Amino acid sequence: MPEEILATFQIKRLSVLNENGSADLSLMPELSADEIWRMYQLMVLARCFDERAVSLQREGRLGTYPPIRGQEAAQVGSAFALKASDWVFPSFREMGAHLTLGYPIPQLLQYWGGDERAQKTPPDLNIFPFCVAVGSQIPHAVGAALAIRYRRDPAAVVVYFGDGATSKGDFHEAMNMAGVYQLPVVFICQNNQWAISVPLKGQTASASLAQKALGYGFEGVQVDGNDILAVYRATLNALEKARSGAGPTFLECLTYRMADHTTADDAGRYRSDEEVALWSGRDPILRLERFLAASGAWTPEQGRVVKDEAIALIDRAVGEMEAAPHPSPAELFDGVLATLTQRQAEQRKGR
Amino acid sequence: MAQLNMVQAINQALADEMARDDRVVLLGEDLGRDGGVFRVTEGLQERFGPERVLDTPLCESAIMGAAVGMAAYGLRPVPEIQFMGFTYSAFEQLFAHAARLRSRSRGRFSCPLVVRTPYGGGIKAPELHEESTEAIFCHIPGLKVVVPSGPYSAKGLLLAALRDPDPVLFLEPTRLYRMIKEEVPEGDYQLELGKARLARKGSAVTVVAWGSMLERVLKSVDGYDAEVIDLLTLNPLDLETLLASVQKTGRAVIVHEAIKTCGLGAEIAATLAEEAMLHLRAPILRVTAPDVPVPLAKLIDQYLPGPDRIRAALDEVLKY
Repeated sequence: MPEEILATFQIKRLSVLNENGSADLSLMPELSADEIWRMYQLMVLARCFDERAVSLQREGRLGTYPPIRGQEAAQVGSAFALKASDWVFPSFREMGAHLTLGYPIPQLLQYWGGDERAQKTPPDLNIFPFCVAVGSQIPHAVGAALAIRYRRDPAAVVVYFGDGATSKGDFHEAMNMAGVYQLPVVFICQNNQWAISVPLKGQTASASLAQKALGYGFEGVQVDGNDILAVYRATLNALEKARSGAGPTFLECLTYRMADHTTADDAGRYRSDEEVALWSGRDPILRLERFLAASGAWTPEQGRVVKDEAIALIDRAVGEMEAAPHPSPAELFDGVLATLTQRQAEQRKGR
Repeated sequence: MAQLNMVQAINQALADEMARDDRVVLLGEDLGRDGGVFRVTEGLQERFGPERVLDTPLCESAIMGAAVGMAAYGLRPVPEIQFMGFTYSAFEQLFAHAARLRSRSRGRFSCPLVVRTPYGGGIKAPELHEESTEAIFCHIPGLKVVVPSGPYSAKGLLLAALRDPDPVLFLEPTRLYRMIKEEVPEGDYQLELGKARLARKGSAVTVVAWGSMLERVLKSVDGYDAEVIDLLTLNPLDLETLLASVQKTGRAVIVHEAIKTCGLGAEIAATLAEEAMLHLRAPILRVTAPDVPVPLAKLIDQYLPGPDRIRAALDEVLKY
């Protein structure tokens, strides 16, 4: 009997803006000049937030913090495509997405300052709490997508995770379930190429992460994660597809974690200065500045204004965060159960 | 009133609640078309459709994790894990997420789900199909653990669990599924979670049991002036009922089919020692399985506490 070919596959890689900031106009997403400017402001805000958070940690004013430097395009670009009715399941490194969706900045800082009250998402935002256990938020997104399907709601779900999460069982179980039921969910992997000290080739032997989706029966696309226009376009398409009932999509945003894994990590122990320098040249913010500058829409002076505004916003947020009253010991018990057990109630009273 | 076994009583509770509340959705392995490996969900997919009784792929962690997302979105999912030993694959979802979601999100999201799983030994099943590790789950704040001991309590507790605003682990003693028939009222009744039941009145010794051990204890106490408490909810414990009984009898024997070390008996004994020391007339004894993995069928009778060991413990505390 002859051997037959049962499957062959291709994986697409999408990029719109090259490193010099010139765009492939045939691939440009529909965005007004104001919207692109807003994206730029949000990326700068995310960068400034990150820089401030790292320095606050160094001063002992925040706890351990995971920097997002380098991933601003992947986060802002994808979150910019969301509608208010969509649901978002973040990992612990999506502060750029939070800022884009309007999560209160003092609250973001408060969380990393060790105050759990900050995980109470404002009622108008469908954002789940940060998920510190790697990849375990992925099945939650699939569950929300099942509920959306059951309720016939016109919404979609986005779940964020990193390249390390693709090694976890929950990633595979959730992708499989989403494929079986063809659910309205968009899996967004921010492949920043390092899971603490282990590089991508230590996580997977496959040529791309995007191709893993094919094993589960749906589309996987690799996107230039430092290209905000490509990330936005790919996410928008995937969300529209999800909302129309055409099933899940897996987006691999290929980007780079320019800083340490967290403020408790020293990336100098495991990766070279040359690699970091190479990716610094691919900075997502510089790229959009070059694109905007080419049409006269950006000048260094305007860039300074945007940055100053972001810093002022963060200054105010830091003040608000630090003015928040310290949680009381009784708040340990808040929300453990709708009604505390007898023992918990006694312990809450200090007995 | 109809005489039902536990399988029928649980099926009736699920069907009634699904008819009453369209947020209730079942998901798990083989529970749809097949009606579950113990036939507990028989007929429910036919009646409520495949969107409400979902046959899932084989993936305990995703079943539990998806249930968390469904619950947060506003449904009332009832994930079934086919055997308690298979919940181990879903520990992270149950412990790190289901039990903590309300607290992590400070009440913005809650997780009203009921995990149903058959548990306990004595059914001649393969390895990991007869586990009794309920104490592990009782150690997790935010998770309620419920164990019925017969058809009547199964229906009443399940209806209460399905309406509870927090996650509940509902352990179904496999050995009892078809062993006992009881009168089970049609329609709605609830047994409050966190309340134990006085299964037998007595004044010389309190015997605490739950699940399939209750049946063994009741068969073993003939001739003793023993008060038997059927715990029904393992977390939170009904301390009031336990203390009132032990303050009266002055003696306590705790019988469980889980192993001794760090079993729930340890928690109960420590609480009685803390709260009722001056009423005790004898050491608190535990009758448990030995500290070994659950054996296969040939040695299961030596593993599970039997009437001889229960009576020996009663004789021992009554010497004081």
